Amino acid sequence: MTALEARSLTRRFGRFTAVDAVDLRVDRGEIVGLLGANGAGKTTLMRMVLGLLEPTSGSVALFGSPPSRATRLRIGYLPQNLGLYRDLTVAENLRFAAGVYGVTPAEAPPGTAATLVGDLSLGMQRRVAFAVALQHSPDLLVLDEPTSGVAPLARARLWERIRAAAGDGAAVLVSTHAMDEARQTDRLVLMHLGRVVGTGTEHEVVGNASAVVVRARRWADTFAALEAAEIPASLSGDALRVAGADADGVAAVLADAGIDARVETVPATLEEAMVLAGSRS
Amino acid sequence: MTWGVRDLTVDYGAARALDGVTVAAPAGEVTVVVGGDGAGKSTLLRVLAGIPVPHRGEVSRPDPRRIAFVPTGSGTIQDLTVAENLDFVARAYRLRHWRERADRLLERTDLASFRDRLGRELSGGMRQKLGVIMGMLPSPDLIVLDEPTTGVDPVSRSEVWRLLAAAAGEQAALLVASTYLDEAERASTVVVLHRGRVLLSGTPAQVSSSLAGSIVDVDRPSDPSLAWPRGARWREWRPGGDPGGVRPDLEDVVIAASLAVEEGPS
Repeated sequence: MTALEARSLTRRFGRFTAVDAVDLRVDRGEIVGLLGANGAGKTTLMRMVLGLLEPTSGSVALFGSPPSRATRLRIGYLPQNLGLYRDLTVAENLRFAAGVYGVTPAEAPPGTAATLVGDLSLGMQRRVAFAVALQHSPDLLVLDEPTSGVAPLARARLWERIRAAAGDGAAVLVSTHAMDEARQTDRLVLMHLGRVVGTGTEHEVVGNASAVVVRARRWADTFAALEAAEIPASLSGDALRVAGADADGVAAVLADAGIDARVETVPATLEEAMVLAGSRS
Repeated sequence: MTWGVRDLTVDYGAARALDGVTVAAPAGEVTVVVGGDGAGKSTLLRVLAGIPVPHRGEVSRPDPRRIAFVPTGSGTIQDLTVAENLDFVARAYRLRHWRERADRLLERTDLASFRDRLGRELSGGMRQKLGVIMGMLPSPDLIVLDEPTTGVDPVSRSEVWRLLAAAAGEQAALLVASTYLDEAERASTVVVLHRGRVLLSGTPAQVSSSLAGSIVDVDRPSDPSLAWPRGARWREWRPGGDPGGVRPDLEDVVIAASLAVEEGPS
């Protein structure tokens, strides 16, 4: 069942088109990741989905209806800044949000009920924000970089909660810059300059994109030779990677510079594929 | 030359921020320190950068004029333009003949077209790139960067990393804090901090293969306390080993090692 469906969704600010004819669908039980550089239109898209911003053209349907107060009650939203009241206690934050949604407040994490949110560690604030976003059992969860700055184990535990919400039938839309977070989703939507430029699993989004791995005895000389030829290389342990390059071209540049190197074409990483998608269009 | 700390302990009142931490930052290499909020990354960086922090243990760092510290949020000055920020660094370090180097560094990024833009009008990614360039400008022996890519989009992040590679190529020692494990794959050495202690360290390949036991990929975990989601499936750590295991990546290994500390193998 479809929770969110956007059709040809467009938003202009003056002459600037922030979101350009985007089609997006998120089904119940599905976790969709929204990827893209700053300025790609992710935040504008999410604001339209939440009903905070009117589209210039196109439509958003939530559970089959246009965004309204009734559909908003079925959405859980975790903004990037967490959206908590720092000068209220954890219990008060939960009670306030529960009152807005007309539900019974969730339990505070152990030992935190009477603590001001502003006095908690960032990790604990994030757990509270999750509790606030989830306590009314939303049918659509919208999460903006939900685990930014969180240690790997704590992040895994937060993803367990997101996965459990999806298992209970929630549709989940997650915006992220973290590649390991993108890997937790069922499907990715890659945006660039307001448009959707790729969609599918990580494997599908990467598609045929490739990178060249260069191994040489002294990577610094190799890096300098590539930079001199305006080939942007990045470091990968003691090797170098060049996204989207042609192995023969790279080998020729290095041979000209008198550098003995092993050059090999490998599949691009998700991040490299994103950079390439940006430079292609 | 290798800079670093040995057996470093830092207390903030009753709270121990770092507990016997040893980290080396060799010249010409990128050492990445990963960990979440409160792991102790910033404290470690501040000590190595020479910011006064009461501590115990040995610290080896260059002369203060040969160190650059790029704090969280980039350390750029909001009310100065890109060009003025660089001028400020040049004056602080009393550099001569620096303009050509500044131009070359700017040309590696999209900042070259925004020399007259104020710091506060830059995007987060551009501000971080400027912060890294400001750190590189004096050609220091040691550059300490606190989360230069947190919240930065992948395109700007790859430009930041291109600058970091260039700095290491110039034989600076780089110590970079990050919350992204995929960035640790780029490092010569990765140090995983957890609650003020070194949980794991080594080359990315050494860390990935350092796990006791094995990681299995399952539909449904048999012991949820030792499992974590990976997409719609689960990864589970079997401390006693299991022949059906998958080849663990850094994320798997760091989570399993954190579990060993937090919950102990059952």
